[in-house]
Amino acid sequence: MQPIRRLFQSRSLHKPSPGTAIISYILLGIWAFIVLFPLYWLVVTSLKLPIQVIEGPFYLPWIDFDPSTHAWTYIFVDVWNDTVRPYINTIIVAIVSSVLALLFGGSAAYGLTRFTYRPRLAAIFTFLGLLVLSIVAINLGLDWRLALVVAVAVFLLLLQPISKRFQRSLGNNDIAFWLISQRILPPVAVVIPIYVLFQRMGLLDTLTALIVTYMAVNLPIVVWLMRDYFQSIPLELEESAKVDGASPYRVFWSITLPLAVPGMVATFLFVLVFAWNEYLLALFLSTADAQTMPLLVAAQNATRGPQWWYMSVLILIMIIPVIILAIVLERFISRGLLVGAVKG
Amino acid sequence: MRSGGRPEGTLQGPDASQTRRSRSLRERIGSWFDRNAGNVFLLPTFLIVLLLSIFPFLVSAYLSLSRIRFVRGGFEITFVGLRNYRKLIKGSEKRHFLGVFGDFSLISWLILIVFVALLGYALWRYLRSGHRISAAGVIYRIITFSILSYGMWYLLKTLSSGGRPGTLAVTFIYVFLGIGCQYLLGLGLALLTTQRLVGRRFFRVVFLLPMMITPVGIAYTFRMLTDTDKGPINPIWKLLGLAEVSWVTSPWGARWAIMIGDIWQWTPFMFIVLLAAIEGLPEELFEAAHVDGASRWQIFWNITLPQLVPVSVTVVLIRMIEAFKIVDLPNVLTNGGPGTATESLTLHSFFTWRALDLGGSAAIAYMLLIVSLFVGISYANLLQQRAQR
Repeated sequence: MQPIRRLFQSRSLHKPSPGTAIISYILLGIWAFIVLFPLYWLVVTSLKLPIQVIEGPFYLPWIDFDPSTHAWTYIFVDVWNDTVRPYINTIIVAIVSSVLALLFGGSAAYGLTRFTYRPRLAAIFTFLGLLVLSIVAINLGLDWRLALVVAVAVFLLLLQPISKRFQRSLGNNDIAFWLISQRILPPVAVVIPIYVLFQRMGLLDTLTALIVTYMAVNLPIVVWLMRDYFQSIPLELEESAKVDGASPYRVFWSITLPLAVPGMVATFLFVLVFAWNEYLLALFLSTADAQTMPLLVAAQNATRGPQWWYMSVLILIMIIPVIILAIVLERFISRGLLVGAVKG
Repeated sequence: MRSGGRPEGTLQGPDASQTRRSRSLRERIGSWFDRNAGNVFLLPTFLIVLLLSIFPFLVSAYLSLSRIRFVRGGFEITFVGLRNYRKLIKGSEKRHFLGVFGDFSLISWLILIVFVALLGYALWRYLRSGHRISAAGVIYRIITFSILSYGMWYLLKTLSSGGRPGTLAVTFIYVFLGIGCQYLLGLGLALLTTQRLVGRRFFRVVFLLPMMITPVGIAYTFRMLTDTDKGPINPIWKLLGLAEVSWVTSPWGARWAIMIGDIWQWTPFMFIVLLAAIEGLPEELFEAAHVDGASRWQIFWNITLPQLVPVSVTVVLIRMIEAFKIVDLPNVLTNGGPGTATESLTLHSFFTWRALDLGGSAAIAYMLLIVSLFVGISYANLLQQRAQR
């Protein structure tokens, strides 16, 4: 009797009364309209001739104005090569940087939840001091390769004696906080040095530069989300595998990772969307060869004024893959799989 | 936090008992990797972040203390100390960065007094709470509260009549007003779509979309929508008799246009996280309340909302960190105008960078960093700990 009653009640619990349902539908409808109207406007604009855009708002194709596919043919036929290259660039950069961020960030998050780290404060300060010194030295005209070698050598020499002498150390939470806090850095504060760094390495306007930068920018968020997720995975299985003599990598790869797949997919999607849409860093780091889609969209605001019709087409073809991602992400939430990742 | 103990002690396999001589090189490398597994897991990330965050961070700090002049064939850097910062706070950039101070009206005084009284009450409660009071905690709170009061005073001063908010105040407006609206809307939508309604999955997918569209694209889309000649909203606006409110020429109109774009894009983030959190709440609680005859409103107010506090604090913190960096929307939508009414700190820094004043640009970026760090940390300390208790 009891289970049947519980089943019945839990079903009636979330089921709204007809009045509530109508009000809910109205509110949901309003917000859906607010969300969809800009997208509808993009579609409509992409079907307009320039003159139809300039002469004022026309709302409905076939009624207000005659739709034309000129913008679509221009983007897909006339400048096909200029469209497809940034598109492929964006796909490569987004996927590769997200996979790498997930790989490194995921393993770091795993390490932070399963091992104890005791970095010595002294070692950190030695490192920072040497870094500042070598930056000053490079500014004073020292060759940067030489400075690097000297700094690394001095660091390795000093590491042992200094960390023996000063015993204070940090813990896992400090490392995690430090990694996550990197997200606070505004990109404008770091983009100029990164630009100079890649320029020195001759990597400016390459996909590698974008991949590495996006990966670094995304690492904190991956560590943050995956750490919470790994914490929610019970330890018993791992421990029994360790008793059976499996190496830590084997435990990570064959036991924890399969359990963490839902959290990883959710994190991956978050990161992927960021890399897919990023604009400011790409603006600094790429010009022609490594151009990404957001840059191409912005490039439609040319000397002749914004080319709204081309821009709409480009924004729309950027949105299409993202709709699939939204559907996948929604599936994860409704199955309750994202909960571990957002518990905070 | 759970931890698996130190790797040296627990992770040695059976091969450790074998004699040293019989181990091949490969085994020895393997066992070295096993012993240092913790470092192997963490070090790559550590090094990448070090190289691409800490190094640029320090270089920027140095840039913000120097003046960079472009000369033929390169540039020369002269160390000028805190001059770039002084220029922002006292010198020629003060009106741009801090804004113009107006006169306090009665309402501003009231708001300030209420705000300070609230902070004082929080301090008093902390002192009365008895356990775990430390001198450092008291000093820390007094400093934080006085800076917060000063920040409030500054905001009110620039927002009152005769004043004009600088880029710092504008950024605060975007962060607080924008996030407030996003949170309320996101929570409402999440509550609506957790009901058993037909078609709720469709609504959820639709509501997620804006978050996943490129900010530049959104900025241009909203520029199209808010165009006073060709935009689709203006005729409707006129029909409602609101044509006098222009979002191009009035500072607050322009700011609201940007905030609406921001709200449109980021409400989904609040929505998705709160939705996942609500879906994850244990069913038993609701059942018990339901059996006891609690009303819908009581269930929401006494059960759902308290359970959501930790997630809410975290998600607001995440959004706050990101919102301080707002740049795409004001850049494309209004280009910072009218005047500097919609210019955020990142945009200010970007404009300064474009004017080739690299030192000044880095100084603004650092002010942004300091402000957002302070707000983020005091928020986390004062609210998160209370929420977790």
